[in-house]
Amino acid sequence: MKIIDTETNFDFMGKIKMTLAISGLVILIGLGSIALSGGLKFGIDFSGGTLVQMQFKTPPDIEVIRDGLKTIALGESTIQEFGSKRDILIRVQRSEEKLEAVGSKVRNSLGEKFNKEDITIERVEMVGPKVGRDLREKAMLSILYAIIGIVIYISWRFELQYAIAAIIALIHDVLVTIGAFSIFDKEFTLVIVAAFLAIIGYSLNDTIVVFDRIRENLRRQGKNTLAQTINASINQTLSRTLLTSGTTLMVVVALFFFGGEIIHDFSFALLIGVLVGTYSSIFIASVFLVYWDSRR
Amino acid sequence: MYRELKWKIPVILAVVLGSVWLAYPLKEKISLGLDLQGGMHLLLEVKVEKAVEASLERLADDIKRDVANEDLELDRIKTLHDERRVNIRMVDKLDLPPVKKILDGYPFFSLASEDADGLGLVYQLSADQVERIEQNAVSQGLETIRNRVDQFGVSEPTIQSQGERRILVQLPGIKDPERAINLIGKTARLEFKLLDEEHSLEQALAGKVPDGSEILYQRIVNKESGEVTKESFLVKKRTVLTGETLTAAEVRFDPDFNEPYVALSFNSVGAMIFQQVTRENIKKRLAIVLDGNVHSAPVIQDEIPGGRAQITGRFTSEEARDLAIILRAGALPAPVVILENRTVGPSLGKDSIAKGITSIIYGSILVVVFIVIYYKWSGVIAVTALFLNIVLLAGALAYFGAALTLPGIAGIILTVGMAIDANVLVFERIREEVRIGKTVRAAIDAGFAKAFRTIVDANITTFIAAVVLFQFGTGPIKGFAITLCIGIAASMFTAVFVSRTIFDATMNRRKLDKLSI
Repeated sequence: MKIIDTETNFDFMGKIKMTLAISGLVILIGLGSIALSGGLKFGIDFSGGTLVQMQFKTPPDIEVIRDGLKTIALGESTIQEFGSKRDILIRVQRSEEKLEAVGSKVRNSLGEKFNKEDITIERVEMVGPKVGRDLREKAMLSILYAIIGIVIYISWRFELQYAIAAIIALIHDVLVTIGAFSIFDKEFTLVIVAAFLAIIGYSLNDTIVVFDRIRENLRRQGKNTLAQTINASINQTLSRTLLTSGTTLMVVVALFFFGGEIIHDFSFALLIGVLVGTYSSIFIASVFLVYWDSRR
Repeated sequence: MYRELKWKIPVILAVVLGSVWLAYPLKEKISLGLDLQGGMHLLLEVKVEKAVEASLERLADDIKRDVANEDLELDRIKTLHDERRVNIRMVDKLDLPPVKKILDGYPFFSLASEDADGLGLVYQLSADQVERIEQNAVSQGLETIRNRVDQFGVSEPTIQSQGERRILVQLPGIKDPERAINLIGKTARLEFKLLDEEHSLEQALAGKVPDGSEILYQRIVNKESGEVTKESFLVKKRTVLTGETLTAAEVRFDPDFNEPYVALSFNSVGAMIFQQVTRENIKKRLAIVLDGNVHSAPVIQDEIPGGRAQITGRFTSEEARDLAIILRAGALPAPVVILENRTVGPSLGKDSIAKGITSIIYGSILVVVFIVIYYKWSGVIAVTALFLNIVLLAGALAYFGAALTLPGIAGIILTVGMAIDANVLVFERIREEVRIGKTVRAAIDAGFAKAFRTIVDANITTFIAAVVLFQFGTGPIKGFAITLCIGIAASMFTAVFVSRTIFDATMNRRKLDKLSI
């Protein structure tokens, strides 16, 4: 069976202007959305705060919960369903340094409106502002270190311009995914940073396979121009690129639909990342190799 | 090549069987992270400056005592917490030299300045000593918390210091997180203080607190309504006895009311002080103060010899037990605050495992069906390699003792998707080689050879990202990084080495002139 015909020869390089325009537009929309919503939306891991996940025996009325919470003055809070009508997630800006357990405090506040026995505290996460700051710093550094490590490796195995082209593709992927997060109003948490690093690794994986073929073809380039060689290389690796993305997408989709609420955003990030990563290794990374060459 | 099979097949079998042996049975060999088995992760910060302040106060008391012993008169002695200094003021200039001499006996203090009027001295606590106190506060705090947790009875707790002032506590499978927080985080500074019965409590509450006394409260929680009421007491600031002299604390039951109480025993020094205090203060009330809250304030009926006392209160037996534990384990040298708390209930953990496994199964079925349809017999080889990959992954997780977390499960799923990639790279290459007219054998050789370098390059970059992730991550994220790293390493082995061997072995039997790919 084949998904891509052997004789396929798409003119990818000829579509450069269009693809760059599309990418630019998507990134601009994403950045616009971030600007409109006043910056990135950080989860409690990075901004500090408290999160309480509760399960009720019967679906509760969110307004009633809101009223109950007012009695304990937790400050600004968001209350939302989490996966099912019985599961409720409460998020509070404030973090409590004192020893009082926030979970039972919240449950007690609901004691009047609900039967306390009917409420199970499933999860409590409290991150103080200091830790939030530490984690934010660590997350930034980790992405930076990953990029540096990869640049060094690619420059060693290939050449510097390949490394730079790969990083541009990678930044493209991360920007698009961040934009998607903003558009879908999702939060950045530690787990999402982990997903980003996985995307970085995955996106490069794809890019390198293409680069590897380019390098191989350059040795017997003959009369072809660089653009032609690159185009041929992309075509030759196209079925592999699509197959691998396909199998990876299959599992990520399984994770997205069956993995549960807690890693829903994580799978969402991977889903976008895999799609964009595939696109960028075909359309973005190679473009910059050609661009680089044309300037010399 | 056929000779190679003679060692390749045993190597593969050994690795696979080794992994099975390491990982079987899964339930016992692979530990689950807190997010899957439920439990509590607490990051505490030790308020070391409080330990320094307490130490400064103690030293000031010592100085006061020494000065009094020499029959010298002090105007006052003031501690300056922020500067870590004490300011000693005298009434008579003539007292200055002898006081200076006394202070020479305090090696941690150095003279910082003298007041211009010749009546005051300022001493500075040395930076070395401050640092020592701070380090002590953390290491002792760690020990105390470990002690408490051990007595509380949690299986496989993690208690370790992090950075200079932080303590990480992980309690897997804990059922009552609130109780655990109270047990771990309470400073548990036990003090006995006499009530100030010479002055009126009403006037003190109105704002006229007499010198040397303070108002402390007793929190009374109504068990039914959960309502908290406060009762106030006017107590003398001077602590007559602290928990430091305790040798034992046990839960006992009052035979008449069947109510639990905590029985205390003091060492000889404590016993002597307690006897003296009770003898001198018969019919007066003695407040038992824990972390600044009055627990009870019984009337001293008689002189109490033998160093025994008891704390009664409206305890449940659980509360009495926890109080006994923290008193036995000793006070924290400095209070702690919670910087981070992540608690997952056991049912949510089970739910996460079930969902994770469901996703692995569905994801794998999709991939397996697709690959077998697409590559036919070669697809079966790839799927076999994939299956072995998961076996190796399980073995490696067990070997490294790495905990499986929810993101870790996601890492396995991602590995399934990406492990097939190496095979895809090889197979696509083989197809290309077949297309340009190579024989089956030559095509397989060339396909594996050419794809190998690509596979290495592509996987190493992902590996770099995973290693960075491991360095940066905590708990669940580390689990993701570990499964990703192991998954990549295992997929290189299975997709390149194992698949190749299966290809060779199957071709050994049948002379193929057409490849099922």
